Amino acid sequence: MPEAKPGLKEGGRNGFEPKIVAFFCNWCTYLAADLAGTSRMKYAPNIRVIRTMCSGRVDPQFVLDAFAKGADGVLIGGCHPGDCHYQEGNYKALRRFRLLKRLAKEMGIEDERLRLEWISASEADRLKVAVNDMVEKVRALGPLRLETMVERFPEEVTV
Amino acid sequence: MTEPTSVPKSEKPKVAFYWCASCGGCEETVVDLAEKVLDVVAAVDIVFWPVALDFKRKDVEAMPDGAILASFMNGAIRTTEQEEMAHLLRQKSKVLVALGSCAQLGGIPGLANLWSRASIFEAVYQESPSTVNPEGTVPKSFYREDGRCVSLPGFFDTVRTLDQVVDVDYYLPGCPPTPKILQQAVGALLSGALPPKGTVLALDTALCEECPRKDTRPEKLTLTAFKRPHELVIDAEKCLLAQGVVCLGPATRGGCEALCPQGNMPCTGCFGPTSRVQDFGAKALSSVASIVESNDEKEIDRILDTIPDPVGTFYRYSLPAALLRRKKVRMAA
Repeated sequence: MPEAKPGLKEGGRNGFEPKIVAFFCNWCTYLAADLAGTSRMKYAPNIRVIRTMCSGRVDPQFVLDAFAKGADGVLIGGCHPGDCHYQEGNYKALRRFRLLKRLAKEMGIEDERLRLEWISASEADRLKVAVNDMVEKVRALGPLRLETMVERFPEEVTV
Repeated sequence: MTEPTSVPKSEKPKVAFYWCASCGGCEETVVDLAEKVLDVVAAVDIVFWPVALDFKRKDVEAMPDGAILASFMNGAIRTTEQEEMAHLLRQKSKVLVALGSCAQLGGIPGLANLWSRASIFEAVYQESPSTVNPEGTVPKSFYREDGRCVSLPGFFDTVRTLDQVVDVDYYLPGCPPTPKILQQAVGALLSGALPPKGTVLALDTALCEECPRKDTRPEKLTLTAFKRPHELVIDAEKCLLAQGVVCLGPATRGGCEALCPQGNMPCTGCFGPTSRVQDFGAKALSSVASIVESNDEKEIDRILDTIPDPVGTFYRYSLPAALLRRKKVRMAA
């Protein structure tokens, strides 16, 4: 995962620049991101891509850990239904994702901050649209700042 | 931790028990040692145990640092007084043991981390149907009248586990821990055969491994609906998860001898995660969600909606220990 450029966290021209952790599967969405790069497509630079072998490998712990450590959003990318390299890893990802969304909402994390997209290796354009759209929505929500809450948690004092 | 001070050899090792934010069930574990409690009493001096003995805080304060062999603290940290006692007992004890789910992971009181102090006070002192409080009186830490000052412990916004407040040496999991694992822990302490610091003193395998229903678990387990225990007549032999009941055995540490499944009730996860899992709720959610039998989003949602309360189900005993710790609150900048 590339380090955030200095200043990116504090914001570009509009103030706040969201940090989004993206878990992309090795066989589809990661290749789409690769294709977007080699095709010199331009899209929001706010995602930090982590390659996993399959979207089904994305443990809900990874997602919560990303939020707890300062991510403003988490994007999971996998193969289209029926196209999973491991037959049905993406369906497992979908089932976990649907329940995790409800849990995250109960914990005060807005819906738009957690997103699942099916993007095949050839769909660089779809990746660009999805990332831009998510960045825009998370930017509108503002920073999540869970890391401040988690860090300050042990020192919290009463009044 | 302070170095132990010299204690005359003839003296029995000292043990203390203390109760923080919890229901008192962990104290019951000590009582449930039944006649074996006499063996414990014969081997150690209980120097502090507010629920049963009349020693006071000042007695503990008067002891030299490290004078107590082991302190067993149950309960989460909710008030300033509990935090002070955690620091005091840490200072006076060679070994500090977190006794039970609340001390280890936050426990049921930890679910209060879905609310803030302000909303809890509002619900308890204003909104509850049996409350008449037109002046909106709420507890204060200090109150002065006629030159006298009375004080109450402060109430934290967030519930914490014991190890988020002080250094903890060992954990005895469970809501409450079984007398058997407590007895084994006391035995290990007295013999000096202690495992590495930080060990959870129970098994490190999933509960399913010791569940008597294990063999009835199908090879491939899938479900089209989850049921709550009151919604069906539970078969006493068959794997609970296979019957559609949300049983957290696959994600929970063993060591309780599957007491709940033996009592025809599903495991709710009180022994917490095994050593390889960081966030119990996330892992339990993962194992339950992946057995949903559908590939269609709408149908998946319909099946998962039969679990009405994800946080209460998966973080029942461990919200303060979760990666997120608590529901997002607006913090001052």
